[in-house]
Amino acid sequence: MNGRSNNRREITLRTREALYGYGFILLWIVGFALFMAAPLVQTLNYSFNQVTVTASGINLEFSEWANYSRALFTDPNFIELLIGYTVETLVSVPIVLIFAMIIALFLNVKFRLKGLFRIIFFLPIVITSGPVIKELTAQGAASAPGIANIPAVVEFLATLPPALRSPVQYLLTSFILILWFSGVQILIYLSSLQKIDRSIYEAAAIDGASSWEIFWKIVLPSLSTATVVNAVYTVVTLSHFSENKVIRYIYDQTYDVHGGIGYASAMAFLYFGLMVILLALVYFFLMKWASRGTR
Amino acid sequence: MSFLHHPFADYLRSVLLGNRARRGLVYSIVLYALLIAIGFVYLQPLLFMFITSIKSASDLLNPMVQWVPTELFLGNYEKALRVLDYPNTLLTSILISVIPSLLQTVVCSLVGYGLARYRFRGKTLVFLLLLSTFIIPPQNTVIPQMLMYRDLGLLGNPLALILPALLGQGYKSAIFVLIFYQGFLSLPKVLEESARLDGASDIRIFFSIAVPSALPAYIVSFIFSIVWYWNETFLTVIFLEGGVTTLPMQLSKFTQAYENMYPPGTVNIFDRLNEAVKMSGTFLNILPLLVLYFILQRWFVESVEMTGITGE
Repeated sequence: MNGRSNNRREITLRTREALYGYGFILLWIVGFALFMAAPLVQTLNYSFNQVTVTASGINLEFSEWANYSRALFTDPNFIELLIGYTVETLVSVPIVLIFAMIIALFLNVKFRLKGLFRIIFFLPIVITSGPVIKELTAQGAASAPGIANIPAVVEFLATLPPALRSPVQYLLTSFILILWFSGVQILIYLSSLQKIDRSIYEAAAIDGASSWEIFWKIVLPSLSTATVVNAVYTVVTLSHFSENKVIRYIYDQTYDVHGGIGYASAMAFLYFGLMVILLALVYFFLMKWASRGTR
Repeated sequence: MSFLHHPFADYLRSVLLGNRARRGLVYSIVLYALLIAIGFVYLQPLLFMFITSIKSASDLLNPMVQWVPTELFLGNYEKALRVLDYPNTLLTSILISVIPSLLQTVVCSLVGYGLARYRFRGKTLVFLLLLSTFIIPPQNTVIPQMLMYRDLGLLGNPLALILPALLGQGYKSAIFVLIFYQGFLSLPKVLEESARLDGASDIRIFFSIAVPSALPAYIVSFIFSIVWYWNETFLTVIFLEGGVTTLPMQLSKFTQAYENMYPPGTVNIFDRLNEAVKMSGTFLNILPLLVLYFILQRWFVESVEMTGITGE
């Protein structure tokens, strides 16, 4: 008798807790439905239609996979842009990760003027935006100074097989631009570094480990989670960046007489699909590396 | 062989290469060289931008003048201020980034608290959806949103940015929810239970225990949110074009605005649009963020320790 009423009390308490929980996230659920789920479904719907905008509203004319096949098989630019995006992302991610890790390692040791350098290294967090990056690229501040124009380098590039040429060329022309995308990643690495217990370093040093060994055996494995988070963050930031060529192309096609909303929607979904594939690729590659590191 | 173990050689080695107690000279030189090289990468464009912006027309044409202008010329800034309509666009930009950020921070803290402190069904699903809002590119949702705003007559109205923020769908909101989730998760359950025994309601507990304990998370989220809203141009242009004009929006049509004000055929050669004026405009565009950064830099560089973001 007593047990049963306790049980009931337990259930109502649980329900009460759940209700409060839903209460706290209610605004978000409404927002998700209105500003994410509904527009996403609508865009998917557009992508299977020929969309024309008139003064009174929009007309949909069902066209099956026409928009998708046009993007993949007819449009000469889109596939080219997607390949460029894939190459650029796969080249940029490791550079951002390694660079952010090096800076975080620097900022984790004590040295004079550390405060000053820290202020400089976190500048990208504040000023990396579309218009500013555009200006920087226009000034030529994005490439490793002058390297891409040296005759020997041009000749060397010409000898490379085409599949290898574009990544190397991108690397040379945009190296510094890539570095501008590593602000938040440095923060995340730094936070992981600061969580490593100092006494582990001391113990390792007493056992005779060199700092080289300490880095590979202690520091790197404990940065594996942060690396996965950073990789995902980097891919998403690069893919959403407003000066990204694919995004610009999709945006231009939306208002183009020959493009239209339906066609742009189909390209948006193809681009999203490719982005998810890249994310999955990077994620599983790093997870494999991380699980090997901790073993 | 014997020289290598000479006391002086030992001393030299410890100065150059370091020992257990202190860093060696070689190590220090390499460290600072790398730090300066990397620092230069970030500072060089800003310096270039600033120096070009204070060059007079004759300095610009003179190939001898690279890094040190012959005079401090402020005429470019005068023009850029007028072309950018600076007081108005600056105020708009501040409002457009501060108001959504404020709402976004508050709403994300509610969501983070709900996820961290309550047990309910479907929480995993909520987390998955939260991550999806971070990953889904804006162009997959922007057209229906724009058409919806058009039907409601909200295109060009700041409400077009405020409404999503109010409903927890502001710019990069998932990150802020996760920051608050982490922050509230580490709050000791004991505090909450003792307050409950004293008869405090859930809402009271949230406001009098949870919010004060997470104050750093609020400040960090607010600052980062302002920066990201300020720098966001893709959605801002689509939703606000034709209505209010923010600073980055005005910068993107700088050339056109300049030529409206100083028609190319009618002004003398020194008043034509040149690099220096453009750079003044760009610099004026990032100046407010730089000021914010230097005043609040402690909150940027220490945000990690303050909020306990773990990246897990």
